[in-house]
Amino acid sequence: MLVPIRWLKDFVDVPNDINELSKRLTMSGSNVEGIEHYGKEISNVVIGLITKVEKHPNADKLLVVQVNVGTEELQVVTGATNIKEGDKVPVALHGATIAGGKKIKKSKLRQVESAGMLCSAEELGFDDHGLPKEVQEGIFILPENAPVGADIKEYLNLEDTVIDFEITPNRSDCLSITGMAREVAATFKLDFNVPAICLKEESEKAAQDVAKIYIEAEDLCHRYVARIVEDVVIKPSPLWMQRRLQTCGVRPINNIVDITNYVMLELGQPLHAFDFDKVEGGTIIVRRGKPLEKLDTLDGVTRDLNENMLVIADINKPLAVAGVMGGANSEITPTTTRILLESANFLGSSIRQTSRQLGLRSESSMRFEKGIDPNLCLKAANRACELIEQLGAGKVLKGYVDVFPRKTSSKVVPFNPERINKVLGTDISADEMVDILNRLEIKVNTTSDGFEAIVPSFRMDITQEADIVEEIARIYGYDRLPITLPEGNVTHGRLNSQQKYLNDIKDLLVHNGYSEIYTYSFVSPKVFDNINAPKESDLRQVITLLNPLGEDHSIMRTTLIPNMLDVVSFNLSHKAHDLKLFEVGAVYLPKKLPLEELPYENKRISIGLCGDTIDFYDLKQIIETIFNKLQIRDYKFIQSRHFAFHTGRCACIEIDGQEIGYAGEVHPDVLENYEISKKTYLAELNLDTILSKASRKIVFKPLPKFPASDRDLAIVVKERILADDIISTIKEIGGELLEKVELFDVYQGSQIAKGYKSMAFSLIFRAEDRTLTDKEVNDIIEKIQTGLYEKFDATLRK
Amino acid sequence: MRLKEEAIQAIDNLQNIDELNSLRVKILGKKGELTQILRGMASLSQEERPVIGKMANEIKDDLESKFSEKMQILKKALKEQKMQQEFVDVTIPTKISIGSKHPLTLVMDEIRDIFIGLGYEVVEGPEIELDYYNFEALNTPPDHPARDVQDTFYITENILLRTQTSPVQVRTMEKQKPPLKIIAPGRVYRSDAVDATHSPMFHQVEGLAVGEGFTMGDLKGTLVKFVQEMFGHDRKARFRPHFFPFTEPSAEMDISCIACAGKGCRICGYTGWLEILGCGMVHPNVLRNVGFDPEKVNGFAFGMGVERIAMLKYGINDLRLFFENDVRFLKQF
Repeated sequence: MLVPIRWLKDFVDVPNDINELSKRLTMSGSNVEGIEHYGKEISNVVIGLITKVEKHPNADKLLVVQVNVGTEELQVVTGATNIKEGDKVPVALHGATIAGGKKIKKSKLRQVESAGMLCSAEELGFDDHGLPKEVQEGIFILPENAPVGADIKEYLNLEDTVIDFEITPNRSDCLSITGMAREVAATFKLDFNVPAICLKEESEKAAQDVAKIYIEAEDLCHRYVARIVEDVVIKPSPLWMQRRLQTCGVRPINNIVDITNYVMLELGQPLHAFDFDKVEGGTIIVRRGKPLEKLDTLDGVTRDLNENMLVIADINKPLAVAGVMGGANSEITPTTTRILLESANFLGSSIRQTSRQLGLRSESSMRFEKGIDPNLCLKAANRACELIEQLGAGKVLKGYVDVFPRKTSSKVVPFNPERINKVLGTDISADEMVDILNRLEIKVNTTSDGFEAIVPSFRMDITQEADIVEEIARIYGYDRLPITLPEGNVTHGRLNSQQKYLNDIKDLLVHNGYSEIYTYSFVSPKVFDNINAPKESDLRQVITLLNPLGEDHSIMRTTLIPNMLDVVSFNLSHKAHDLKLFEVGAVYLPKKLPLEELPYENKRISIGLCGDTIDFYDLKQIIETIFNKLQIRDYKFIQSRHFAFHTGRCACIEIDGQEIGYAGEVHPDVLENYEISKKTYLAELNLDTILSKASRKIVFKPLPKFPASDRDLAIVVKERILADDIISTIKEIGGELLEKVELFDVYQGSQIAKGYKSMAFSLIFRAEDRTLTDKEVNDIIEKIQTGLYEKFDATLRK
Repeated sequence: MRLKEEAIQAIDNLQNIDELNSLRVKILGKKGELTQILRGMASLSQEERPVIGKMANEIKDDLESKFSEKMQILKKALKEQKMQQEFVDVTIPTKISIGSKHPLTLVMDEIRDIFIGLGYEVVEGPEIELDYYNFEALNTPPDHPARDVQDTFYITENILLRTQTSPVQVRTMEKQKPPLKIIAPGRVYRSDAVDATHSPMFHQVEGLAVGEGFTMGDLKGTLVKFVQEMFGHDRKARFRPHFFPFTEPSAEMDISCIACAGKGCRICGYTGWLEILGCGMVHPNVLRNVGFDPEKVNGFAFGMGVERIAMLKYGINDLRLFFENDVRFLKQF
């Protein structure tokens, strides 16, 4: 929220050091997000009276102007066209500086001397947006009574500092100049003072006689105050008011509208002015909208109203969407002569809902949403009337109409200073605590049990002791709280075993050259076609977001494969050569669709390999290494088929007979879909299962006492015979004495018949209790050879 | 004697092992010159024999050892020569194949390790959450303005993608009795369009300590310790009042700017401070919602954005890099 220091000074004696001010306010809870200094650089610009306007002899588009600046009469050349004799304008003298630091010198324009420059509003530092249209273009025409020769900076209050505060959602009371002034007063131990309101009420009539207010939706409107003004004269508001509004980012429109905005900014209570002559029956009804009801709002859009919206209406038609925007049918126009000033209290959640539904947010709705003190209604209405009288904008009728169905009583919050010190770790005296609370306008009573805080109505965020703790702490100063480490409450910090195993897996992959990737959890529904998934695939049972950021991020992923392929494709297109990647992340598997309960978030790992010289076994090796590290022994790679993989190069992986994932070469069609031109290998494994089966139990086994006997065995078999089958047979026949069998070569080529392959095994035999004889070993070898022949037609390699 | 001198000279001059062996055989072999002389001692007189014999044997021993010596020298030289030929250019660079953990993992691991050292355990929670755990139990009823600050992705009216890791606090307190200290790292989701500083998906680490007699001083002390371990011991920390529905008092913590050490620069918006986390004392309503008695137990909680910390720590300037996974980025870690 933007707070101009000049305005703030109306209520509290703001310290002059702006840096100190922002630092201390940040530390007491109002974070300073920005500071803007206006007008500092402007100098030597005075108010001048135009005495003569003539065409420039040598230039069609220029004028030569004689202007009286009090001490002398000057000649100035200008390109503006909106000036006439008798106008009062800002004149930048020789040596002046205007907004932006630009220096003005006397000069000759087309051979005619110009002693300075006439200024536009922008040249004086006014932001274009905040100005009424008439003022934006051309020279800034000043009011008739502007004092000739006076310094423009002082006259227009050009110099001001505006601080932008971050106001947290719980402090609606800070969304006003007075609210922030209160904070300054509390922080700096200064007096906070709102001048008393002085009303003349010049009209003979009474508001209660001409206006009627009915609240039909009491749950949505807790208070409605109305005041009436007659003999209204619509004209621009004075420059000082326009300036204050502009520095707060609000556009001046006319005196009445400006006053409502001014009071909203000053006190935090949004107001609305209706053209009272357009309010049929002089009656305001605060009700819910009717189905099919429509209203043209001030911005020129026709809105559909409904029963969920709070509406301000007269006896025949809706007039405004309460708290959000007024209707065009009761708008203040240049011909308005009577107005009804609305100062009301609406239920925040209702305003919020309506604001969202209509896609309309305003300074008013934003304040209502956060909740406003109902006691402000009357104060704000009176203040607005005071300003109307001051500005001569109309005659205020006597009295007001006040419908206040839901009065609230002040909250009392008991608190215990000892407990507060305990929570903060401080030793603040009870007196100091009471003093702090008093500075915040929170009165304190002592009771037999301790203390109780009487919470003022504008602090709706204080409801229990914890809130009092925060008030004490922030004014006392968070920086004065001690820095300690917890005593007692001893707990043991560690990772559990599954977390450790996951670390091991990541370390292993990294040491083997793999880089970790992180991809989005939400993907496009198109991914399943891209990876060749059939229409009935379970993968297509997905959780869909109601409000995604676009289709590409609209469903929750059920597999990591598409994400890995995206990353491979992306890197290849950026000229990467060999890729070794992995991702650890969740996939989201709904138990039932539509979703009624939380889905199963299955932790998975995907491994991706891409390059010119890699093959299936590179992928298998890293997986086996992981299993080995985690002491997972009972695993199988089973020749398999999967839609995303090359039909001859795909394995289903099982641990303890349970399927845990697939690994293989990516199907060429899928590679094409991802525009990947190199061979790619991919695995997706169920980490939850792997981690649950992992272990790291080490029991020492004594080294063997007796020597081993090793033999090599080379056989020739049909090429489709699987290594696993041969090895299991060898192990079965070899029995206990076969300590280890290892396949160390597979060969196909010129020496082997077509359709066949040679496999070479090294076998290691050892007995625990004796040295094996050659005969014993040879016997076993023979049995193995026979067994392999009988089962697989395996012959010995010559 | 003369033989000995000649032999020694010859030995010295030889460079070749084969020639040395031949010479040895020539002198000391079965038909060698010295052997013949020793055999010829039979023809000597009885007085001469012991004297000549002794001298001859001495010469034999001498020559044997000279041969040995020379053999060693030659063998050594031969080995040396062989090694010189087996020269290898040690300056040829090798192909290093080392992978990398993702920078977000590195940061989360570092945060995790600091807190494990302070007695914290690591827990995880679901990313797809019930509205109850993400908002209601955290003292944020429906239509609360605080819900606006985080734009939420919804799946059904009550099921959403969690916008913060704070739900894990509630789930933990429902399962564990105090004293407990946990951190909860994980993915969170907010409806923010992708740009250099925003992403619809990012990571947080949440922390919670609940027990008897925790103070706000303990909260400050714990986080100051964290900041010093994470960013260095000359890092200053500042706590300023803020608002979260689930803590009271609440605070945000800033650290002195890494780039300008607090003087003010573009990175810190000329304030000298970088905001890095939110924290506070757990709100009594949150404690009541999980069945704890706020009169008996209390605690503090904190939460930080991992991407932000990684960007500050490593000087990364664009958040999109984390999820683009360009290997030229990944391999820098």
